[in-house]
Amino acid sequence: MQVTRRRFFRVCANGVAGSSLALMGFSPGEALAETRHFKLTRSTETRNTCPYCSVGCGILMYSLGDRSKNVRSRIIHIEGDPDHPVNRGTLCPKGAGLLDFVHSPNRLTHPEVREPGGKEWKRIGWDEAFDRITKLMKDDRDANFIAKTDDGLTVNRWLTTGFLAASASSNESGYVTHKVVRALGMTAFDNQARV
Amino acid sequence: MALQSLDIKARSATTTPSPQIRKAVEVAKLIDTSICIGCKACQVACMQWNDLRDEIGSNHGVLDNPMDLSAASWTVMRFAEHENEEGNLEWLIRKDGCMHCTDPGCLKACPSPGAIVQYTNGIVDFHEENCIGCGYCITGCPFNIPRISAKDHKAYKCTLCSDRVAVGQAPACAKACPTGAITFGAKEDMLDSAQVRVDGLKERGFQNAGLYDPQGVGGTHVMYVLRHADRPELYHGLPQDPHISPMVSLWKGVAKPLATAAMGAVAVGSLFHYVMKGPNEVSKETEREVEKEGEQ
Repeated sequence: MQVTRRRFFRVCANGVAGSSLALMGFSPGEALAETRHFKLTRSTETRNTCPYCSVGCGILMYSLGDRSKNVRSRIIHIEGDPDHPVNRGTLCPKGAGLLDFVHSPNRLTHPEVREPGGKEWKRIGWDEAFDRITKLMKDDRDANFIAKTDDGLTVNRWLTTGFLAASASSNESGYVTHKVVRALGMTAFDNQARV
Repeated sequence: MALQSLDIKARSATTTPSPQIRKAVEVAKLIDTSICIGCKACQVACMQWNDLRDEIGSNHGVLDNPMDLSAASWTVMRFAEHENEEGNLEWLIRKDGCMHCTDPGCLKACPSPGAIVQYTNGIVDFHEENCIGCGYCITGCPFNIPRISAKDHKAYKCTLCSDRVAVGQAPACAKACPTGAITFGAKEDMLDSAQVRVDGLKERGFQNAGLYDPQGVGGTHVMYVLRHADRPELYHGLPQDPHISPMVSLWKGVAKPLATAAMGAVAVGSLFHYVMKGPNEVSKETEREVEKEGEQ
């Protein structure tokens, strides 16, 4: 582009005049300031219990959409449940970061097995997993179940297998888990069912 | 009627006054440093609500994580160790972040219209779409809070969750705090509960306990209860008597109107010059001569 002396002066003069006008308050109008839109409006709110520790804080999970047929829900925000008697809306740093836990790429999404002596985890189906667990438990129980002690006392115990249950269980699921495990005669059992 | 969800009290680089008739309840966040355990639930809640995920940093051998505020970390816990007169170690933990001053230095220093606004409820908010990234807000801030993002060259800081407060909710950090060290409510009520806390601390032997609501910046909408209110600098350098830098008021208070007047004078002078002297005419003969020279 050829810039003549005259054009150069014209551009400079326009620039100075424009910035002076802007400085003196003649700048074009701005859009009105507004706060960021409240991001949870009309999202679906679901109550749940934090899965981490046995304190069992109540959480509110907010998901995209209104659960209509063609909308795929996705959790977009999680915070404490103010109506929950345990935490009354508060959360610890782990609980406060649950959203990233839910969407973590490292989550286990299917059953896996590492067979005795094996080094690799192998993906298996749910039916296969249940069958395998049931069979191994039954074999072990059949082999090691103690119905009576040497002096004839009935004990009905199974000492060679233990059971570890979840922390985020409700009272009801804790009760049921307890019934199943004890009915089998298992004594080594921990369940953080203090929720 | 205004379109914004909160009424505006002041707006950066704007000379026309804001509407002042409607009164909103002034809100405040009270941080009781004496019951804070430094768990950082507030930091996580802030990240979650404001959709911020800062870069994963490295361990510096201290609990401070991240080490400083950034464009994506609007609040950080500051851990200070203090050996008191009895020779005991005191671990002074303070949640750092924007104080939401009544007289905000950032807003005063900001040259971009509407990039920083103060709502009538006391919240000082940055509107990044109007930010030009000059960094004057950092110079203006007596607490060294705003940070310019390397990604988009715009300034960011705590909004006191203005989007939550606008719909009647508490800021995310205050809601999450599991020990109740952060509370939120009307500033008047927060001053009351601060007094109760300070009295309690004094009863327990902390004679210098007090409220940090510095009057040098007109009071703040984030206040601290400190066990050592006589020496706030113990809490990772909390300023004793914060003030807006005199350079800001010099530049914005005196220099700017003078410059504006000078520009006006130039404009008026040019007009008079044009009217009195007229444009600098070039005679036809000279023009023809120049054109001939150009052709050769």
